[in-house]
Amino acid sequence: MLEIKNLHASVVDVEDSEILRGIDLKVSKGEVHAIMGPNGSGKSTLANVLMGRPDYEVTDGDVLFEDKSIIEMAPDARAHLGMFLAFQYPAEIPGVRPWQFLKSALDSKAEARGEDKMSVRNFSKLFDEKVEAVGINPNLVKRSLNEGFSGGEKKRNEMLQLEVLQPSLAILDETDSGLDVDALRIVAEGVNSMRSPERSFIVVTHYQRLLNYITPDVVHILVKGKIVKTGGPELALEVEKDGYKEYFAAAGADA
Amino acid sequence: MTIETPPAAVDKFARAFEKLSSDKSTSPEWIKSLREKAWSAFSNLGLPTKRRGNELWKYTNLRPLADLEFSYGSSGSVTAEQIKCAGPWDDAWDTLVVVDGKFSSELSSLNGTTGLRATSLASAIESSEGDVESQLASLAGKEEYAFTALSTAFVDDGAYVSLGDGSELEQPVHVIFVTSGASESRAVYPRLLMNAGVGSSMTLIETHLNLADTPQFSAPVIEILQDGGSAIRHYRVQMENEASFHIGTTRVSQQGDTDFTSTSFAVGAQIARNDVHTLLDAPGANCTLHGLYMTNGSQHQDQEISTTHAKPGGSSDQFYKGILSGKSHAVFSGKVIVMRNAQKSDANQKDLNLLLSRGAEIDAKPSLEIYADDITASHGATAGHVDRDTLFYLQSRGVDEETAKAILVRGFAEEMLNEFEPPTLFDFVERVTDERIPVLLAESDTIGTA
Ligand SMILES: Nc1ncnc2c1ncn2[C@@H]1O[C@H](COP(=O)(O)OP(=O)(O)O)[C@@H](O)[C@H]1O
Ligand SMILES: [Mg+2]
Repeated sequence: MLEIKNLHASVVDVEDSEILRGIDLKVSKGEVHAIMGPNGSGKSTLANVLMGRPDYEVTDGDVLFEDKSIIEMAPDARAHLGMFLAFQYPAEIPGVRPWQFLKSALDSKAEARGEDKMSVRNFSKLFDEKVEAVGINPNLVKRSLNEGFSGGEKKRNEMLQLEVLQPSLAILDETDSGLDVDALRIVAEGVNSMRSPERSFIVVTHYQRLLNYITPDVVHILVKGKIVKTGGPELALEVEKDGYKEYFAAAGADA
Repeated sequence: MTIETPPAAVDKFARAFEKLSSDKSTSPEWIKSLREKAWSAFSNLGLPTKRRGNELWKYTNLRPLADLEFSYGSSGSVTAEQIKCAGPWDDAWDTLVVVDGKFSSELSSLNGTTGLRATSLASAIESSEGDVESQLASLAGKEEYAFTALSTAFVDDGAYVSLGDGSELEQPVHVIFVTSGASESRAVYPRLLMNAGVGSSMTLIETHLNLADTPQFSAPVIEILQDGGSAIRHYRVQMENEASFHIGTTRVSQQGDTDFTSTSFAVGAQIARNDVHTLLDAPGANCTLHGLYMTNGSQHQDQEISTTHAKPGGSSDQFYKGILSGKSHAVFSGKVIVMRNAQKSDANQKDLNLLLSRGAEIDAKPSLEIYADDITASHGATAGHVDRDTLFYLQSRGVDEETAKAILVRGFAEEMLNEFEPPTLFDFVERVTDERIPVLLAESDTIGTA
């Protein structure tokens, strides 16, 4: 599904700004990968580079999605292929209503894939269902997109979009941070219910907490722009106990 | 040493004034004397082409208007189809149409609504109907202001609307000011005089259209007198052609416990000024002055918005939003004066702008002048760009770049569009906005770069 090969990335137009320093990662269909790492290790950068954020420049390596290189593709083209990024810090967009926005996002995807657009009626039904499922206040989604939303509401809104758009690869960037246990469960239930042999997840998290609810197939530890260790679910527990200290040396950096 | 410069462009209007005076020699004495006084005021003032030391016109250069040659005496024809095509129209509304400054009974569509007197201003003047003599030019025309002086010097026709005590209209009253298609440039001074009786309420829509593609000059003056307990929901749509000059003046005086709630939608003209003043003249008067302006090319839009709190317990809320592209220029000059005995007043001012190009420019100067000590007030102005992060957010969900940009610009306008409550009117301003956005974006060079 996704293959990251020796990926190096820097901030656009900033010299010596390399953040990702050679990442190799392979996510097969149906797998859930967790990426853990200390603050500033490059987790969000990786998630954003995969989605094509124009702030970053890929300086070396490649990213293949279903065996095709995507690094030259615009973010919307990647979304049409089936990729999705739930943001750590979702943008606030006044005056744009989630219903309309999601409908046009879904329509663009259908159009790009040569599929039929969903009728307004079916879409409304799906939308209302998902609004209830993620536990977001229905009045909130009638208003602006994320404007005036609390941190938790923004994350629920990201889950709403994830569930409506039904991507084949979902990248969740710290969707768990800032959430109380109830909201955390909603995120986990969302991911677990969407888990299928056809769909993969990359779950970026700083804490092990979320992984109590979502059992990953593979856990990667990212430090200083490099994956320093890969293992099973038990790796997350190790990190929880011992912290990231021992991995800094492996990344060739000071703790 | 100061060098006296003669008042600008007075000669241009002098011949027309003489002609009007001789044509209207049988008018009632009071109106003839009103015109004479206003002409003499204008002759001393001239067009305000000097900007230095002139706070009111500091950011707006009227030289192109002073340089324009006008032709007089020609009045064009307009069809109902043309009007319905160019502006909002609803058969259920009482519509008054003013063509080149003259009321047109053929084009107007009046439904005989109970409690509403709606007619030509010329006939109201000739018969000195109701309180026309004391009301006309009572709010606009006696002050030292060139454009109201000019308008009053030429006061002749337009619309007269009078709402009876206690009348509550269900359907809006729509006044259309239209300039006919013509190759020559004309100067027109249409007026609306309206009074709302005690405890009355209505929706008033004002639309300014221009069917010519040549430069035209219109200086409409709207005077609204609200008796105690009345409520007016007012909308103003200005979409004159991009070669024209539109200097609009609105003056409202509000008695006790009145509401004047206004939303303007301004997209037209080469140089446009929307000059609004509300006078809260009795306790408990509230005014809401909102608006959306969109400019592109070399357009210049100027919002000159002011409120005087003269009595206690009133509120004013000025809130404008602008979307600027190309090399256009907009001005928001908001002023609130709270007089000494206007205690417990509440005044808010806000101007938010979205700049879509490096060449676009906004001058925003909200100001509060407060002489009372027990009041609440706020003011602020911002100018921002659509940022790349927001654009990326939308794109990451599968929306292409062009659509994402349009969604963001539209989102900025949304809250103002939503204020247009009559469905026909909402559909109209929404359509105009959706058509305008691609034009704005085509001249945009900053979106997604900051
Ligand atoms: N657009 C950017 N411009 C400059 N520095 C950046 C940018 N994005 C990330 N960085 C830097 O790269 C490093 C990794 O950031 P990030 O990917 O957000 O880490 P994480 O998500 O693991 O906390 C940090 O030092 C951060 O300051
Ligand atoms: Mg992060």
